[in-house]
Amino acid sequence: MAKKWDIMITGCGGQGILLASEIIAEAAMLEGYDIKKADVHGMAQRGGSVISTVRIADKVYSPLIKYGDADILLAFELLEGYRVSKYVRDDGVFIVNTQRINPMPVASGREKYPEGLEDKIKCNAGRVVFLNALDIAKELGNFRAVNVVMIGVLSRLMDLKLDSWKKAIERLVPAKHLELNMKAFEKGREVVG
Amino acid sequence: MDKELLSGNEAIARGAYEAGVQVATAYPGTPSTEILEAIGKRYKGDIYCEWSVNEKVAVEVAMGASFAGARALSAMKHVGLNVAADPVFSLSYIGATGGIIIVTADDPYMHSSQNEQDNRNYGRHAYIPVLEPSDSQECKDYVVWGIKISEEFDTPVLLRLTTRISHSKSIVELGERVESPKPDYVKELSRRVILPAFARKLRLKVIKRLKKLAEFAEIFPENRVEMNDTKIGIITSGISYNYVKEVAPEASVLKLGMVYPVPPYMIKKFAESVDDLYVVEELDPFIETEVNRLGIFPKGKSYVPLYYELNPERVECALKGEPDPVPEMPEDAPLRPPVLCPGCPHANVFYHLHRMKMIVTGDIGCYTLGALPPLNAMDTCVCMGASVTNAIGIEKALGRENAKKIVAVIGDSTFIHSGITGLIDAVYNKGHSNIIILDNRTTAMTGHQPHPGTGKTLMGDETFELNYEELAKACGATYVKTFDPYDVEETAETLKEAFEHEGVSVIVSKRECALLARDRWKEAMWVDVEMCNGCRICLQLGCPALGIVDKKAVIDEVLCIGCGVCSQLCPEDAIKTHKEASAKEVK
Ligand SMILES: Cc1ncc(C[n+]2csc(CCOP(=O)(O)OP(=O)(O)O)c2C)c(N)n1
Repeated sequence: MAKKWDIMITGCGGQGILLASEIIAEAAMLEGYDIKKADVHGMAQRGGSVISTVRIADKVYSPLIKYGDADILLAFELLEGYRVSKYVRDDGVFIVNTQRINPMPVASGREKYPEGLEDKIKCNAGRVVFLNALDIAKELGNFRAVNVVMIGVLSRLMDLKLDSWKKAIERLVPAKHLELNMKAFEKGREVVG
Repeated sequence: MDKELLSGNEAIARGAYEAGVQVATAYPGTPSTEILEAIGKRYKGDIYCEWSVNEKVAVEVAMGASFAGARALSAMKHVGLNVAADPVFSLSYIGATGGIIIVTADDPYMHSSQNEQDNRNYGRHAYIPVLEPSDSQECKDYVVWGIKISEEFDTPVLLRLTTRISHSKSIVELGERVESPKPDYVKELSRRVILPAFARKLRLKVIKRLKKLAEFAEIFPENRVEMNDTKIGIITSGISYNYVKEVAPEASVLKLGMVYPVPPYMIKKFAESVDDLYVVEELDPFIETEVNRLGIFPKGKSYVPLYYELNPERVECALKGEPDPVPEMPEDAPLRPPVLCPGCPHANVFYHLHRMKMIVTGDIGCYTLGALPPLNAMDTCVCMGASVTNAIGIEKALGRENAKKIVAVIGDSTFIHSGITGLIDAVYNKGHSNIIILDNRTTAMTGHQPHPGTGKTLMGDETFELNYEELAKACGATYVKTFDPYDVEETAETLKEAFEHEGVSVIVSKRECALLARDRWKEAMWVDVEMCNGCRICLQLGCPALGIVDKKAVIDEVLCIGCGVCSQLCPEDAIKTHKEASAKEVK
């Protein structure tokens, strides 16, 4: 079968999800694939849940992925990953940043952040990779690099050339942050053995 | 040929460039905003572009350009077309000198909107053709087609997008810009002055035009049949086409690039050549109604839901005659509602309005989030500008003695869009309204566009900056004052004075949007746990940087921007800057 990847990215507004999905699409485009990518802008970005989808194949119609059909689910935040965990295929790949960001009902003490989410997530996909991308980004000196750390992990699980990833990052990340982001990308790649 | 990954909106901008559009106008609104943003960023050398004051103004400016022979485009979100409906209906009679396209971006599922509205209906209502692209390539191509159709048939063209078209990216082949006509004003009284006598003639022209357009629809290459297995035939358009191709690749498809008027013969022929005929479309039975008028009754809205956006699984179930699927979501996952940003200048105003137990008529913008807990400080939100006028009505119903308890809250961009007329109405009709303009120096909700109160234009030029105080005085407001919402005491005093004032009061809460003030963010604040008594007053601000752990307030140092409002509210002086804290240790 021809190669295809249906990738869903989830997390919170402000985590740099749009840039991440942009980098994935750009890298795939450099290798000549057809692409559809869907984002939601506006109200949802004010700290709410954010979902972006990138579909890559020789020919793609729908920008949305069918429920239970994502090949790869990239979760930038634990609770957000859990929320949409059923979207990933049984034999799919689930990459989870274990960083927790309290939603308002939790921060204000009205609700609790659910416990044991890692275990619940584990039964949902063929392969699950947990990492704390925030810690890695902080070690590099900038917590905003979480998104590119995640891209680094993803790049090990997708059959695209390393060069395409690097070119995509170069094109999309502002020059003054490029060095930091290239390091973040490499650190992400080291997460998967 | 050059290829680029573009969103539908960016592709519309590219299309405007390639079609030789010379004037582009819009008022921002999700999901349409990036069209004019992209024109402003990439094509302002070739296209004059502006953020207009509202959508009616935007269409009228574009229309003026068309009068003078230039090609024009005006873009808006679906509800924007309601605001612009008046000139659009007249424009249908007047027609196009320079080609003119109205882009409407509808928002099925209401990702960022107050209602779900299918603006293809405006095509039928106003007798104008409607084009509906399915991806970014078609977005670009249909602008070029739209200008051609507009000029050839002497009609405005409605280009209808939806959120998933506007905000999805796909690959687009770029072309060259065609040469634009040379603008030249020619007087044409009987066409542009739509007095009844002239309009009666124009009405006949419009009806004839629609017939011609239906003939054109038969040969329009973007209306096409993809013949496959003849067991199932599906008529579809826009984003729905993609879902159909995804879940029913074996079906025969009639894809309509122009959904109004439809091609009658093409539809009849297609219907005859398949066993089972469906119409798959999002929201209203628009194509279905047109097909019904031909005496053909396909499976339509009794299978495909009328509400929310479609997706592959919903279309799959509809075609199988199965019930609408609902994705399974975990029940134990707390929701993550959108919130005002850390340090949002709006928060303190709402904190006070809540405490003062005011009746707050609200409006549309980031500040609508002031309605949610813990702020709970908004009673209504209807449409842009309605805060001011709703307050007048409530006062008239409850009597003037209750005017002190009623306040309208409106953002700066929204006030300029359609709040000013309400202010004049309040004064004129002897009201006692209280109006708060939340002046965060930008149109924040839609991604920070400049507006007349900011002194900047879309093309990046400096311009006159609207003075709210002078304007309010000129309209007849008798209490007018500007205050800083980061100053808790000043805020409380100003609100009190304004509400007690007898006549119409206009107060301006002036402080730049926190997201724009990034280079001036201060050090994060810090809670002295020994001094915190757990009263939770600070939490009432709804600031995402504030939380509670073991009955004591905590501040997330990554999120906090050091605005200091919570520290001023704290009765125990437990919230401090790090500097203050270390000074204490030294003592
Ligand atoms: C008729 C209409 N046009 C556009 C919009 C989209 N829209 C919603 S809020 C908003 C702007 C709000 O800006 P402002 O009043 O300055 O408030 P802020 O978001 O900055 O707090 C816009 C353009 C709309 N809802 N209705």
